[in-house]
Amino acid sequence: MPVNPAIEGRVYPPTAPYLVGREKVREFARAVFAGHPTHSDPEAARAAGYADVVAPPTFSIVVTEATLRQLLDDPDAGVDFTRVVHGDQRFSFTRPIVAGDELVATMTITSVKSIGGHSMVTAESAIIDGTGQHVVTAVSTLVVRGDE
Amino acid sequence: MTALEIGAVVAEASFPLTRDSLVRYAGASGDFNPIHYRDDVAQSVGLPGVLAHGMLTMGLAVQPVVDWLGDPGRVLDYQVKFTRPVPVDPEIGAVVTVVAKVGAVEEAALRIDLTVTYGEQTVLGKAQVRVIPPTG
Repeated sequence: MPVNPAIEGRVYPPTAPYLVGREKVREFARAVFAGHPTHSDPEAARAAGYADVVAPPTFSIVVTEATLRQLLDDPDAGVDFTRVVHGDQRFSFTRPIVAGDELVATMTITSVKSIGGHSMVTAESAIIDGTGQHVVTAVSTLVVRGDE
Repeated sequence: MTALEIGAVVAEASFPLTRDSLVRYAGASGDFNPIHYRDDVAQSVGLPGVLAHGMLTMGLAVQPVVDWLGDPGRVLDYQVKFTRPVPVDPEIGAVVTVVAKVGAVEEAALRIDLTVTYGEQTVLGKAQVRVIPPTG
């Protein structure tokens, strides 16, 4: 089943707040070989002007995951999870994510295209903090392979 | 300012990945797709074997740039295309190599272009990081 083109432009409800934990940031930093001290040492982070340890840039995908799940779980969208390949990914920052942030993501489907039997869905998730200020926008393009 | 001319290499690094690296990333990220830790599942969907998460490759590829910048907050924008998978052998693993060069010089920012390879092949396309250049 192809992806429903009518979801282009759809805005999904804001996600439940994601509280960024210091140990989660450290765990993620270790997993992506992020050795800069601001990712693990609160003193180094404070010396650099942050309230707590700073998440590596791609930690944003952990917060974005809840929005992509909304898309995969939407029966009207027709996105078959078993056929999804991550095509490309972009993060545009107003500021980095820091431990202690309470983040809410809101996803908009900005594009649905069909190319040679495959569908390409582009989802843009705007992530804001507890004061409503923008932190980062994650743009993900998913390729959904068509029937063979 | 010679270091900031177009084409100048600002950072490079190699990352030896093992199956342990993939399990660690699965846990840290919450991405438990079994094609990243089970050969039988990977093969059942037509893959040669277990692959590294694309987001793991994207995640490690920016680290040499963050170290060069000295502050993760200097990363303004980071994008990649996932062009080729990285198969991770259970015994010998896989080594991913990153070379970061100045791609463009803007008024208050630099575009750093990443060349990310496994073996002789590039695994990320259009891997670009817009940054505020380091001071000093």
